[in-house]
Amino acid sequence: MQLTTWLRLVAGRPFRGAGHRTALVASGLPLHLAVVPLWLWLLGATAASARTPAAVAVTPLPVLLTLLVTPLLTAGQRRRYRALVGKDLPRPAVDGRSVVRRLTGRALWRHLCYHAVLGPLFAVLDLVVLAVWAAALVAASTYVWIWALPTQWRVTDLGYTTQAAYITVGGLALLVLGPRLTDALVRLEARAAEVLLGPSRTEKLARRVADLAESRAGVVDAADAERRRIERDLHDGAQQRLVALAVNLGLAKATLGDLPEEARKVLDEAHREAKEAITELNDLVRGLHPAVLEDRGLDAALSGVAARLPIPVRVAVDLPRRPSPTVEAVAYFVVSEALTNVVKHARASRADVTVERFGETLLVVVADDGAGGADLAAGGGTGLAGLAQRVASVDGTFSCRSPAGGPTVVTVELPCAP
Amino acid sequence: MRAVIAEDSLLLRIGVVKVLEAAGFEMCAQVADAEGLLAAVEEHRPDIAVVDVRMPPGFTDEGVRAALVIRRQYPRTAVLLLSQYVEERYAADLLATNTSGVGYLLKQRVADVEEFAEAVRRVAAGGTALDPQVVAQLLVRRHSDPLDRLTPREREVLELMAGGRSNSGIAAELVVSESAVAKHINSIFTKLDLPRADADHRRVLAVLRFLGVAAA
Repeated sequence: MQLTTWLRLVAGRPFRGAGHRTALVASGLPLHLAVVPLWLWLLGATAASARTPAAVAVTPLPVLLTLLVTPLLTAGQRRRYRALVGKDLPRPAVDGRSVVRRLTGRALWRHLCYHAVLGPLFAVLDLVVLAVWAAALVAASTYVWIWALPTQWRVTDLGYTTQAAYITVGGLALLVLGPRLTDALVRLEARAAEVLLGPSRTEKLARRVADLAESRAGVVDAADAERRRIERDLHDGAQQRLVALAVNLGLAKATLGDLPEEARKVLDEAHREAKEAITELNDLVRGLHPAVLEDRGLDAALSGVAARLPIPVRVAVDLPRRPSPTVEAVAYFVVSEALTNVVKHARASRADVTVERFGETLLVVVADDGAGGADLAAGGGTGLAGLAQRVASVDGTFSCRSPAGGPTVVTVELPCAP
Repeated sequence: MRAVIAEDSLLLRIGVVKVLEAAGFEMCAQVADAEGLLAAVEEHRPDIAVVDVRMPPGFTDEGVRAALVIRRQYPRTAVLLLSQYVEERYAADLLATNTSGVGYLLKQRVADVEEFAEAVRRVAAGGTALDPQVVAQLLVRRHSDPLDRLTPREREVLELMAGGRSNSGIAAELVVSESAVAKHINSIFTKLDLPRADADHRRVLAVLRFLGVAAA
């Protein structure tokens, strides 16, 4: 059995790529050690200034040099990280272009902490790992090179047979240990680089939140655009066709005077059905995304909603400029759904709708004089809970105050860009 | 009577033409956009133009703008707007220029063939025809004004007046006698503080106040 096969059996996977990783560990040495001379210089200069006060002038120099090499070292470590882990180290947010910003920013100091404090420590660990590899290789191959030694040493100092065997076994043990140590060090260095050279946790979260907000806004906008597209398709297609059909049926009714009673009945029925279909389709389209909302904005669309309700509703919309289509759509659905609830459950005699803009907030209030006792949990995805969800999808706030005995006030705040 | 129609949906255009021809109108022109409409009105000087609100190229309010031009330049041509949905500001725009010879109906009303033909005839003869939904929507905007003093019945009468009905038409709709309607109307005039001028003018003023399109 070959030695490497045997080693693989004992040590398993760690041997795969061990050479590559060891080379990377070795490549870290110069980068980790780069700051050490500067530290020594600083220590020397400080010691000198204790003796001769004039030497104080020199002490800022090593500090300044350290700050200057920090970006270079960081770039080097990034390249190493990529080779170690196989992907790019995420970049921290840039603190700005000006020197002052960079000096006062956090990123620089975290980098400095990595290079100046952890760097020398890692250098020591790198050396230990490399030493283990070297010792392992030398010891494991004792029987290969021991012949080259003078007989004198071989026999007296190395004990030749017994001791050489122990050394070989020890070397083999180190060979098993080597890849594990290397892996542990690689993981440790990668982790330290992520923490100190990558973006901070806060930064990462902030970036994630921004990404999520952007993708969610995209989804909400896309859903909205889809609703508008369906509305247009229905308007250009089915709605026109149905009206034409109803007109033809109406004409037939009006012009075909001498029809048998049966045929007239059927015609009447068909005419009525066609008109009901038009009404139903119009209601459906209004539920999707009414054309009037897109064409004329909230004021017109909400007046339309109010006009179709069986109770008097006062609508006051005060908007100097139109909000974004998505915010308009949410406001429209909040009001129309809330008013539907008023009619269905509140036993109200009247309702009030106000839509106003305060700075970057669109305030929507729907109030009624009904019985109150509205339950946010009732109705599943369609009732108040559904409204709250739709409002939350654009980062709005939803509140519903509905004490038993009334009145019910639904208040919604939607963010809208100035 | 002579009519032109501007409607971009071919199906509906054919339907309206059939209805109007059956009702005895002579169709001088059928066009699909506002530009064609103005040219047709210029050429034929019809008694009435039936106009779709949304037309190419913008599909917003081309029809309303064309209607305003027609009312200004060709006062003898009445205009009836057809719309997929109610936008009472269009009606208000139209009524602000002139209260006679204008109408605003939802497209689906064309299906009630006889009533639609009747409305077109009324508008062509210088009357008005407003869709019940337009009227309901205009009411939503009322906040507090003399209209609040009207009884529900008087409101109904006024709504029907705004729709262009005559006293006998209102009486038939509400199933009351014509004298009862006249009584309601007098009460409306009193409550709205309308001057005792000739009856027709007061009628128009009442409707205007009702629609909120004129301060008078």
